[in-house]
Amino acid sequence: MKVKITVNGMLYNKHIPNDMMLLEFLRKYGYVSVKRGCDTSNCGLCTVWVEGKPVLSCSYPAARADGKNVTTLEGVKNEAASFGRYMTEQGAEQCGYCSPGFIMAVLAMRRELTNPTEEEISNYLAGNLCRCSGYAGQTRALRAWLHDKPWEKEGQA
Amino acid sequence: MYTIKSYVFPESLEEADELLRRDCRSSAILGGCCWLKMGHRRIRWAIDLTRLGLDQIEVKDGWLELGASVTLHQLETHPDVTSRFDGILGESVSHIVGVPFRNCATVGGSVFSRFGFSDLTCALLALDATVVLYRGGEVPLAQFMATPISFDDILLKVRIRDDGRRAAYQSARRSSTDFPTMAVAVSCLDGRWTVSVGARPARAVRSEQAARCLNDGLGAAAAGQAAAEELTYGTDLRAGADYRRKLAAVLVRRAAEQCMEENKG
Repeated sequence: MKVKITVNGMLYNKHIPNDMMLLEFLRKYGYVSVKRGCDTSNCGLCTVWVEGKPVLSCSYPAARADGKNVTTLEGVKNEAASFGRYMTEQGAEQCGYCSPGFIMAVLAMRRELTNPTEEEISNYLAGNLCRCSGYAGQTRALRAWLHDKPWEKEGQA
Repeated sequence: MYTIKSYVFPESLEEADELLRRDCRSSAILGGCCWLKMGHRRIRWAIDLTRLGLDQIEVKDGWLELGASVTLHQLETHPDVTSRFDGILGESVSHIVGVPFRNCATVGGSVFSRFGFSDLTCALLALDATVVLYRGGEVPLAQFMATPISFDDILLKVRIRDDGRRAAYQSARRSSTDFPTMAVAVSCLDGRWTVSVGARPARAVRSEQAARCLNDGLGAAAAGQAAAEELTYGTDLRAGADYRRKLAAVLVRRAAEQCMEENKG
């Protein structure tokens, strides 16, 4: 079928297989930050935004994204890099494979929740699994980032 | 591995119904698609309802109405839902995987599929919800849950009478975002109780005996014991039947006590 999907502001007018998932569409067109993890809707690695809301691209039909705006990590790279520096400072990455999905969830949380509590943060990010870090470093990075609010200085939305 | 031959966005419910009627067995009404890849269906017509405005949450004529395309995350965040029934609808779905998943999974997909592990159907059952089907009309959820799945109708919305009842939800999981090992919901309106038990691991059902214990003032522990004895429990990779029976007794007691506390408040 034919779809028009806008990814990070760029319009793709393409023919796609009817059973293609958004993850495959995005990777096909070079958005390789989007990772295939469990491929069964469990791990959060493939998180992207559709119309600003985080979704699992491995389970989101590409056809359903027709006419919609999709954002990947490449589309928020300045803010992602800013948060990434906090992760680096806290040694929050080991293999780093989960980071794109995790960062997309973190940035979505920042937009959705105002001054989230520890419980709200845990609840929001519970679906983004990391198999090597144990979450302690990411939690420290997140706390520091939310405390510093670098996006206010950097003029991000 | 699933395959889809034709992916269609019907422009009306009539068109969706017509497409479904062409071949019910090889057509599929798409919900959140979260489990689609786990199956092996060869779908002739994949019918996507997301352009039909079924993603609305409304309070109308004394009812809370949840459209079939409402996402589970909407249940956690929409004030018309979170402010009612002690927030059990949002609470019941808040342990399901994570927010990106819950932004995909829908009320319609969860309810129509009648999954045994569904937290949402367990909570809705305790609230005396009804489902509205395109052809079948409005039927009580309890009746709907007792029927085998047939793919010849379209779930349009779920309705819950906005009667101000108090409610509580409890579940146990092996890990925080896993399927529930056991799920329990209770509600109380004017001293009349409703108790539902899900993830047995079979579909959620009501425990009439547990409700009777609470109606008769026999206490939360007696209700828990009644639910454990009345209903059947099974074994799967998460828990054995005996363990589930014990969990049911504990969770029904806790949910009933929580609801009693809310009633006092």
